[in-house]
Amino acid sequence: MKNIYKIQLIGVGGQGTIKASTIIGEAAMKKGLNVVMSELHGMAQRGGTVITEFKIGDADSPLIEEGAADLMIAFEPSEALRAINKVNKNSFVIVNSSPIIPFTVSLGISEYPELSSIFKELKTKIKHLFIIDAQKIAKEAGNIISENMVLLGAAIATPGFPVSKELIIQSMKENLPPKSLEINLGAFEKGYFRIKNN
Amino acid sequence: MKVKEILTGKEGGKLFLLGNEAAVRGALESGVSLVSTYPGTPSSEIGNVFYKIANDAGVYFEFSSNEKVALEVSAAAAASGLRSFVFMKHVGLNVAADSFMSTVYTGVKGGMIVLSADDPSMYSSQNEQDNRIMARLAGIPLLEPSNPQEVKDFMKYGFELSEKYEIPVLMRTTTRVSHMRGVVELGQVVKGKEKGFFKKNQQQYVVVPAYVIKLRKKLIEKLDRIKEDANHSSLNKAIDKGGKSLGIITSGGAYNYVTDVVSENDLKVKILKLAFTHPFPEKPVLEFINNVDNILVVEEVEPVMENEVLAIIGKYNIRKKVYGKLDGTLPRIYEFNPDIISKGMAKIIDKPFIKREIMSTDLSLPIRPPVLCPGCPHRGTYFALKKAIKKMKIKEEDVIYSSDIGCYALALQSPYKMADYCISMGSSLGIGCGFAKSTDQKVISFIGDSTFFHAGMAGLVNAVHNKVNLLLVILDNRITGMTGGQTNPGTPLDGMGNPAPEVSIEGIVQGAGAEFVKTVDPFDLKETEKVFKEALQCEGVRVVITKHPCAMLTDAQNRRKGINIEYTVNQEKCIKCLICVKDFTCPAIYIKKDGSVNINPLLCDGCGVCVQVCPKKAIEVKK
Repeated sequence: MKNIYKIQLIGVGGQGTIKASTIIGEAAMKKGLNVVMSELHGMAQRGGTVITEFKIGDADSPLIEEGAADLMIAFEPSEALRAINKVNKNSFVIVNSSPIIPFTVSLGISEYPELSSIFKELKTKIKHLFIIDAQKIAKEAGNIISENMVLLGAAIATPGFPVSKELIIQSMKENLPPKSLEINLGAFEKGYFRIKNN
Repeated sequence: MKVKEILTGKEGGKLFLLGNEAAVRGALESGVSLVSTYPGTPSSEIGNVFYKIANDAGVYFEFSSNEKVALEVSAAAAASGLRSFVFMKHVGLNVAADSFMSTVYTGVKGGMIVLSADDPSMYSSQNEQDNRIMARLAGIPLLEPSNPQEVKDFMKYGFELSEKYEIPVLMRTTTRVSHMRGVVELGQVVKGKEKGFFKKNQQQYVVVPAYVIKLRKKLIEKLDRIKEDANHSSLNKAIDKGGKSLGIITSGGAYNYVTDVVSENDLKVKILKLAFTHPFPEKPVLEFINNVDNILVVEEVEPVMENEVLAIIGKYNIRKKVYGKLDGTLPRIYEFNPDIISKGMAKIIDKPFIKREIMSTDLSLPIRPPVLCPGCPHRGTYFALKKAIKKMKIKEEDVIYSSDIGCYALALQSPYKMADYCISMGSSLGIGCGFAKSTDQKVISFIGDSTFFHAGMAGLVNAVHNKVNLLLVILDNRITGMTGGQTNPGTPLDGMGNPAPEVSIEGIVQGAGAEFVKTVDPFDLKETEKVFKEALQCEGVRVVITKHPCAMLTDAQNRRKGINIEYTVNQEKCIKCLICVKDFTCPAIYIKKDGSVNINPLLCDGCGVCVQVCPKKAIEVKK
């Protein structure tokens, strides 16, 4: 078995999942590691579920085998369950607690489960589960749009994450507009310490 | 990474590139002079990058009006001795097919690469066609990269091959290669020739029967010689993981799944990674077959190589088993992934594979279909039209909505359900003409600005000339929206961001002879409804142009100007009639568990059209 670290990100179009993924990928590259990542653009993105998955280490395909993800970052609670097949009971799972309710629920053509039942199910299935209110933390940091950086900060604080905080920050500086960098770094730090102090 | 690094990145440096971005770098390292496309997922990002860097790179780039035009523009450049690159999604090659086939006959002087981005599992496409079959139909050499590094490197290889045999080269990627990011080691960017010179040769470039009969023969002779290149190409590699009981022949994105499954399970197999796959490299394949007991072919989407392998086995009278799609070892359709490959291989390899517990949930999860964005002008168009039809007491079953390829096709969902037939770019008009002649139902065709320029104009001319009774709605959002916001002939910028003449849709429609032509702003719901009512009362070809910029454009402008308007629901005024939720359906508006109507500030784009929809004026600007 080779040493490969597998990360699954899942969220809803517009939440900045791809940006967060790219930052991790470039940081891993800076460390001299091989990275392969899969992202989907286009029609799949318009308000739909956005999935990026990647493997850091000696792998060729970015797609993660079922039950094999070491880490999952779910940008939305129900989306964490949608990708539950990708993780196992020992995976580290970070879940943003703010739901995004699609119009299909308002129209009555689909249901959004009670948040408490989503969290209850996740708790019974996952040992290393971190539910955080990224929206609230981002707001405290200065802008709710930096939700993705809160989750990124939280992710890299989990044990076994293969890239250092310093490299991630360097990669953030190269990937985010200078104007919003300060707020994003603040959000990132808040997310990081939310897990570190847990 | 900043986009411009794709151009400025130094030789020997590394970038974390998307397959599509790597294609750009590969073209730049090959000294490309001219690049053309019509945007289509999963190939679109190639154009988005060229849009940003073409001026600095000294490359001519255009978003052509359709794929056929794009291919012709590149073909002429290559005939003039320049290196050219044209790319499109797989179905775009259907549009370009007529000229594509002939360009392979006439050949080129400068290198020419045609990139087709196929879409297994149809993430954003109308079919799952495998353009490796197109390569065989046209008689064009074919390269299949597996990852971004190969996309870049194969561009260079492709240009050299193209010039060596004076023939265009087809590069086939798939969604997972185009939209895969990986570490790419850079080579040196080479400046291409600025201008070429077309040396006349009617016998080569005019495909009249007298000349083409010779060109056909020449092409087949060329392909025989190219086959020798394929046979000895360094792009085709044998990888020995020990053991000889199973040999796996694979290509493209499928190769990545094979190697991951093989190394995870420590399988003792031999792998033949093919990348130069047409003409099919018979020699290394035959050698490989002779060195293993049985063969598994792993490829996406059609059993193209599997059939080639079976042909070789038949030709040389070899008695070995070939596993693949045709015998059901692997699924016949859709894209692969490591789990699918594991499952397939476990059927034929006598060894336990790694098994993991797979978790699932019993909770019913919300459906998130792609939707019209908050602030999308199309919502206003559909809302107003729906209202006009309702008020005129026209029954829904008496109207046929002939839709087209673009964001507006998303109106097929509830509550609008205004797309009954939609098959290809520009089809709304031809299909509309056919329904108008075949039924007594009212026909309403929808088409976007870019799709109208692409393949709608011929259908409109047909409708006018044949006295078709049809309402055409042109949803002009000033951009090619669904593929991410590229310029088109109606926008004041060209493919390099330079000022360009805006082609007037209204002028074209009037020129074609439509009698009823009106342009309206779909953000003005009352006026839009009024115009639709008027149009529905008339006969003949009626055209309503609903013109308002795409929300992606206005959002970006507002961000730049620091404008941030949000709307909120005044709970005291709201009577919960739910018109805004159930009839208008902006994704930013939702019902909380307590039954109250709310606006998600993260999603609200501040367009304010919902204010017009609310009978109690309960939607207000958030202070």
